[in-house]
Amino acid sequence: MRQETEKGYFGPFGGRYVPETLIHALEELEEAYERYRDDPEFGEERDRLARDFVGRPTPLMFAERLTRKWGGANVWFKREDLAHTGAHKINNTLGQILLADRMGKERIIAETGAGQHGVATATVAALYGKECVIYMGEEDTRRQRLNVVRMKLLGAEVVPVLSGSRTLKDAVNEAIRDWVANVDDTHYIIGSVVGPAPYPRIVRDFQAVIGTEIEAQSRESLGGDPDAIVACVGAGSNAIGAFHPFVGRENVRLVGVEAAGRGLATGEHGASLAEGRLGVLHGAMSYVLQTEGGQIREAHSISAGLDYPATGPEHAFLKDEGLAEYASVTDEEALRALQTCSRLEGIIPALETAHAIFYAEKVATELGQGKNMVINLSGRGDKDVEVAANALGIGSEEVDAVSGPDPSPSTSS
Amino acid sequence: MNGDRVRGAFREGRTALVPYLTGGYPTLEGAREVGEAYLEAGADVVEIGVPFSDPLADGPTIQETTTRALANGADLDYCMDLASAFSGRVPVVFLLYYNVIFARGDERFLQEVAEAEVSGLVIPDLPVDEAGRFAELAAAAGVAFCPLVAPTSTDQRISRVGELATGFVYCVSVAGITGVRDTLPRGAIELLRRVRARTGAPVALGFGIGSAGAAVEAAKEADGIIIGSKLMRLVEEGGAERAGGWLREVREALSGLVEAGG
Repeated sequence: MRQETEKGYFGPFGGRYVPETLIHALEELEEAYERYRDDPEFGEERDRLARDFVGRPTPLMFAERLTRKWGGANVWFKREDLAHTGAHKINNTLGQILLADRMGKERIIAETGAGQHGVATATVAALYGKECVIYMGEEDTRRQRLNVVRMKLLGAEVVPVLSGSRTLKDAVNEAIRDWVANVDDTHYIIGSVVGPAPYPRIVRDFQAVIGTEIEAQSRESLGGDPDAIVACVGAGSNAIGAFHPFVGRENVRLVGVEAAGRGLATGEHGASLAEGRLGVLHGAMSYVLQTEGGQIREAHSISAGLDYPATGPEHAFLKDEGLAEYASVTDEEALRALQTCSRLEGIIPALETAHAIFYAEKVATELGQGKNMVINLSGRGDKDVEVAANALGIGSEEVDAVSGPDPSPSTSS
Repeated sequence: MNGDRVRGAFREGRTALVPYLTGGYPTLEGAREVGEAYLEAGADVVEIGVPFSDPLADGPTIQETTTRALANGADLDYCMDLASAFSGRVPVVFLLYYNVIFARGDERFLQEVAEAEVSGLVIPDLPVDEAGRFAELAAAAGVAFCPLVAPTSTDQRISRVGELATGFVYCVSVAGITGVRDTLPRGAIELLRRVRARTGAPVALGFGIGSAGAAVEAAKEADGIIIGSKLMRLVEEGGAERAGGWLREVREALSGLVEAGG
């Protein structure tokens, strides 16, 4: 139940729906992963970097004021926002760069939406001295200029994608096309638990460090498993990582929260588990937002990281098997949760994470006092301040009001 | 069976010419004109691309045509109508991505394309590992399955592809996406030879054939030549007429090869 049901599949989901050219590379990747996953030297290098470079283990923190405000279960934060580069994404890129290095690949490519995975990839590529190319929808390069600069500072080339809808799904297409053409010397670090097998399993395994740490830390702080784990779900890597060790344990509720965008009824959302139909996107069978004719629809979410029209195949499986439950939260609700968390806990969460926080109030209430709920705080919100400012109407006047009069030019420099 | 027509188009001593067009490009009506121009130029099979929003295996030239075609309102039903316009004269094969098939339902899709007299299917994102059941259903529906092999395919995989191919084997000339290339990629001939040695099915070469010279070169080993991006670019530049004119030159160059070769 906790592994694939058969090689490359989670029930009917997953598989390898890709051009023939890539099959060889996927088999090569699978072989390398099987060879190194239990290799002591590989594990040692990964653990050392996880500790010294990423800052693991990340803390499990009691969110006291939020607990009091909601009046239900105790709220705990798994602080992935404290991982290097500001989100859980680095867990996956670190594992994959180690694999790429052992496979002798000198060129790294990746897609990115908001830029978090792009930054995490550029970061490990810099650490290992690899050439790095990041595909990013043109639309996103403008919305997330800061992350484009970060990637460039880290030595990566950022290629704006002009095809299709010019967003994340098109960036994935473009990365796959690059890989098809350069498969000999290039490794594709996919950013989530999506894509053709073996990617969903490899990314899951590298992210499972989140859940493994939650398990150990809960044992220490709570004396046993938490009663619920809540995480946001775009394509689903932080959620699957947090859930993984707990799948199948009846005493632990696993709750994934998708983006309801402007509301499920508007059709402008990223809730592929709630509203998608079975289909194939980017090499895997899963739930996909699509038209009746099978054309992929554009997703919408205020958080770029949830703005993806499909979900990883393992989530589709967990949903159908009743092993995890899934809900959705709108843009507006996420913004409210972002403010609540910022003011009560002194943590500005990523907008993605804010979706999980909003829904967690409901779970905490349902569980009731004395129970324990972990929210996977998947990323920090620095990248989102501009989006939040625009959405909340925090204009320059208000900033002035809060921060006092402008400093004079002579003191500001 | 309808599917047998695909193999019938690959005749001894003549290289089958398989031009591609995107259904619904440049316009819904214009695509029909492109197909007519291909027939006049001596096409042996017409390959119709059913537009998909996320064509993974295609380069920018064909992507642009599919984006335009979708904006024009082209869909699977339209493409089946379009196929009917040509299928009385030459076999028609569809190139399409699996999600478009899956959304219709494998069995219903096969029944409908068979009724539209579509003879064969090329599905770039349905490698043999995923194709087993679908290939069986296609065989039962009398629609030829034309799987792909790439330069990165192992000999063992090539043999499996050969077993599943009820139409032709589609050899991808290069590890890459579709697009116009002037010369035949190195390794293409080598791949054709490897495939030939492992299947009795006709072997066609595609991806990046952008000149009559490259077509002639490929024809020394291939039973058929598939040309897509180059023709779509010519349609963009000068309409159906320009594409048809160039295709005729290729046809003549290939005929010259046969005569010269005896």
